[in-house]
Amino acid sequence: MRLKLRFDSLKQTKPMEYVSRFVFGGLVTVLAGFVADHYGPVIGGLFLAFPGIFPAGVSLVEKHKTLREKAEGKLGTWSARGQASVEATGASTGTFGLIGFAVVLWRVLPTHNFLPTVLMAGGTWIAVSWLFWWMRERM
Amino acid sequence: MDAMLRFLIGGIVVSVFAILGDVIKPESLGGVFAAAPTIALATLVLTMHKHGGVYVATEGRSMVAGAIAFLAYSCVVSFVLMRRRPKALTAAIACLPIWFATAAGLWALWLRR
Repeated sequence: MRLKLRFDSLKQTKPMEYVSRFVFGGLVTVLAGFVADHYGPVIGGLFLAFPGIFPAGVSLVEKHKTLREKAEGKLGTWSARGQASVEATGASTGTFGLIGFAVVLWRVLPTHNFLPTVLMAGGTWIAVSWLFWWMRERM
Repeated sequence: MDAMLRFLIGGIVVSVFAILGDVIKPESLGGVFAAAPTIALATLVLTMHKHGGVYVATEGRSMVAGAIAFLAYSCVVSFVLMRRRPKALTAAIACLPIWFATAAGLWALWLRR
């Protein structure tokens, strides 16, 4: 399956949805910082992988697919929820990349400089996520 | 001031990754961006500046546990949506206790020691 960039899908997202993502993302980040400040890095670190925007993401996928199906005269609810399931499966493959990102921070940062470590962690996230997605597509 | 900065950076980073997830097709690959390290990227520089590398590395170890909890959570959400087809937001919120339970279990078994 080929990678495609579809910029027309951005038109389906309403301005209020962009605002709500921004606000929600900001709030979750503040919450994660608050937890780390009050309960220390061991508890706080858990919340760096909190699925904060995941519910909003799958909800938007369902909503946009329903609208597309309705425009074609179909009911769309059933397939839209299936589409949201595909999004959730994609997220589950992405979590392997998230684990890779965190392992690099954990194991490499104490002995290496900050910027190269973060770049390595980001690269690990991309490579591992893509690898697991590729393997899953071929199953 | 610190909270305001976190809010702004968090909002921007999450929005950028959400847009990438929207634009990239197929949907299963776009979904990968729902599990991007957005919160970590948004807070790393501030945390590093404030507490140093050892603190961030400790957070990284806990983040591994949080990400394993995210894996369990997203697998269950995907399964429930595929088999039962409830409203996506309802399924995603109703399953959040799975993330908390897995994270708490890993904290008790691994991180607390």
